[in-house]
Amino acid sequence: MTEKPLQADPRLATFEAKVANEERIEPKDWMPDAFRKTVLRQMSQHAHSEVIGMQPEGNWITRAPTLYRKIVLLAKIQDECGHGLYLYSAAETLGTSREEMVQALHEGKAKYASIFNYPSLTWADIGMIGWLVDGAAIVNQVSLQRTSYGPYARAMIRICKEESFHQRQGFDATMALARGSAEQKAMAQDALNRWWWPSLMMFGPHDSDSAHSGQSMKWKLKRESNDVLRQRFVDQTVPQAEFIGLKIPDPDLKWNEQRGSYDFGEIDWDEFHRVIAGNGPCNRQRLAHHVRAHENGQWVRDAMHAYEMKRKSRDAA
Amino acid sequence: MDARQKAMFDYCIAFGDDSLTLGHRLSEWCSNGPFLEEDLALTNVALDFIGRARMFYAHAAEVEGEGRDEDDYAYLRDCREYRNFLLHELPNGDFAFTMARQLMVDVFDVGFFGQLAGSKDPDLAAIGAKALKESRYHLRRSEDWIRRLGDGTDESHRRVQDAFEQLWGYAAELFEMPAAEQHLADAGIAVDRAALKPGWTATMQNVLQEATLEVPAGGWSIGGGRDGMHTEHLGYLLAEMQFLQRAYPGLTW
Amino acid sequence: MKQQNLPLFEVFVRSKRGLDHRHVGSLHAEDPAQALEYARDVYLRRSEGVSIWVVRSSDITASQESDVEMFCDPMDDKPYRHATHFNLPKEVDNM
Repeated sequence: MTEKPLQADPRLATFEAKVANEERIEPKDWMPDAFRKTVLRQMSQHAHSEVIGMQPEGNWITRAPTLYRKIVLLAKIQDECGHGLYLYSAAETLGTSREEMVQALHEGKAKYASIFNYPSLTWADIGMIGWLVDGAAIVNQVSLQRTSYGPYARAMIRICKEESFHQRQGFDATMALARGSAEQKAMAQDALNRWWWPSLMMFGPHDSDSAHSGQSMKWKLKRESNDVLRQRFVDQTVPQAEFIGLKIPDPDLKWNEQRGSYDFGEIDWDEFHRVIAGNGPCNRQRLAHHVRAHENGQWVRDAMHAYEMKRKSRDAA
Repeated sequence: MDARQKAMFDYCIAFGDDSLTLGHRLSEWCSNGPFLEEDLALTNVALDFIGRARMFYAHAAEVEGEGRDEDDYAYLRDCREYRNFLLHELPNGDFAFTMARQLMVDVFDVGFFGQLAGSKDPDLAAIGAKALKESRYHLRRSEDWIRRLGDGTDESHRRVQDAFEQLWGYAAELFEMPAAEQHLADAGIAVDRAALKPGWTATMQNVLQEATLEVPAGGWSIGGGRDGMHTEHLGYLLAEMQFLQRAYPGLTW
Repeated sequence: MKQQNLPLFEVFVRSKRGLDHRHVGSLHAEDPAQALEYARDVYLRRSEGVSIWVVRSSDITASQESDVEMFCDPMDDKPYRHATHFNLPKEVDNM
């Protein structure tokens, strides 16, 4: 197969015209190799995040304090599993397989959202994850509903429909604590203190420091900048915290009348990079859990396949 | 409560406890399933069971009429007050053990709820009708899994055969009727569980044979759940489940 | 022996009687019956449908982008197939 130099390829013009016209790129369309690689990386990492995210929340299923909270939490985590499924499906349209993507995750070649490398230490963390982490994810995902790759955009639309329930149940659980006993309120405040900054880190580095941002924006895979999305999250969340009487752990947080937005403090970028590099509190544990579940399931998948093969040969006979 | 009400209360609590303990066990598979689709499906089954527990507890609360609710029953009773069958509280083991236990429960549930749907008590009949729909789906799944595992690889065959050998003796309890429950059955309210045994045994034999598995020889049984005589496992299950309510008593969550 | 991938199935859901089945995504299963059950668990949790179809992805034949010109363009120059093409007097423009 001969590869035309990119600039001379007339298919590139067609591709770029589609992107410029807000038309979706679909699986069978020609696309630059770098676009395919970038979309695949983004979708598979998004899928991995959903699945890894089941762990910090799954940690409290057996200890949920009421039957109602228990079933709501289960339904929510089940949705995350489903989101992983939608995203793996969308990624497979690019010619890879789920097994390959999982392999890349296990070998440390593929990443997942760093936020899930933090531990869920108390019941209050569960509410916080729903309110803040899902809240941040929603800001990002609403923006991605207009991403240029068709299957990814459609998966985002489906996910956004379900995600709002996640944030609401998290806020509801947090509100119950904030309005509860002194101990419950302290539990909620402690969880906020630990989850606030990692939630802001979910939006990534400043755009000026981001290697991938430029190209992703050009291809309309990414629709808005990291800092714009992060600001939107802060502006929507601060009033929510004030409503339930919890204090955001940022001494520099201040309403800026002129900008019509909140000024906020600088993220600890050392921590950010440390966690991304694999040295957060739970990185090794999260991956080991995923590997273990996968390996423990090998004999089950083998059995399914063996049964199917036997059935096929019986039918053929 | 008079004797009839007490019998009714005990009946609802017992089946609520069955549903809750097994629902709790199934929920432990979340993020641990053999692959994503099955992880999600198992969680659906867990949700069905916990939802069922809430319905039974709600009816128990009405009958008791003392203002207790589902969380009082779930979180503030100790092991000796729990009335579930031992089969439901056993730890999950591996996937074969989980599905073997699930098959035994599902075959029983389809038979049981099929009858409960005809109860003279309208609330129990409603629970029965709803649970029957769910149980039919659960049974489809567990039957399929036992066939796949039994007639899959040597390893899966061994694992699921071992599982049934370990579980078989826990079935006897499902068909034993305490006196109070027998009175309720005579009144057309409760199900005659003893009468479900032949059907259960026949179905189990069919599925196991199709799955190339041997029906365990049996000859032993362990019971006592309806009298609050549990395995050592229930204590740990409740300790974990009830921690927050016990550590921070009397609060709203 | 390392297990190869479970086959991929595409899922189509009819959300209400009278509507078409729409493609909603895909999932992995060993056989069509299992795919149907998983589709119910993955895609129908919010009562989003009354009917599910599952099709092995490998059974789907798709047009290529390069086919668009010959498949689709000849359809563009026949506007008379569309009702909007015909301007009728106002008095009878209700068909």
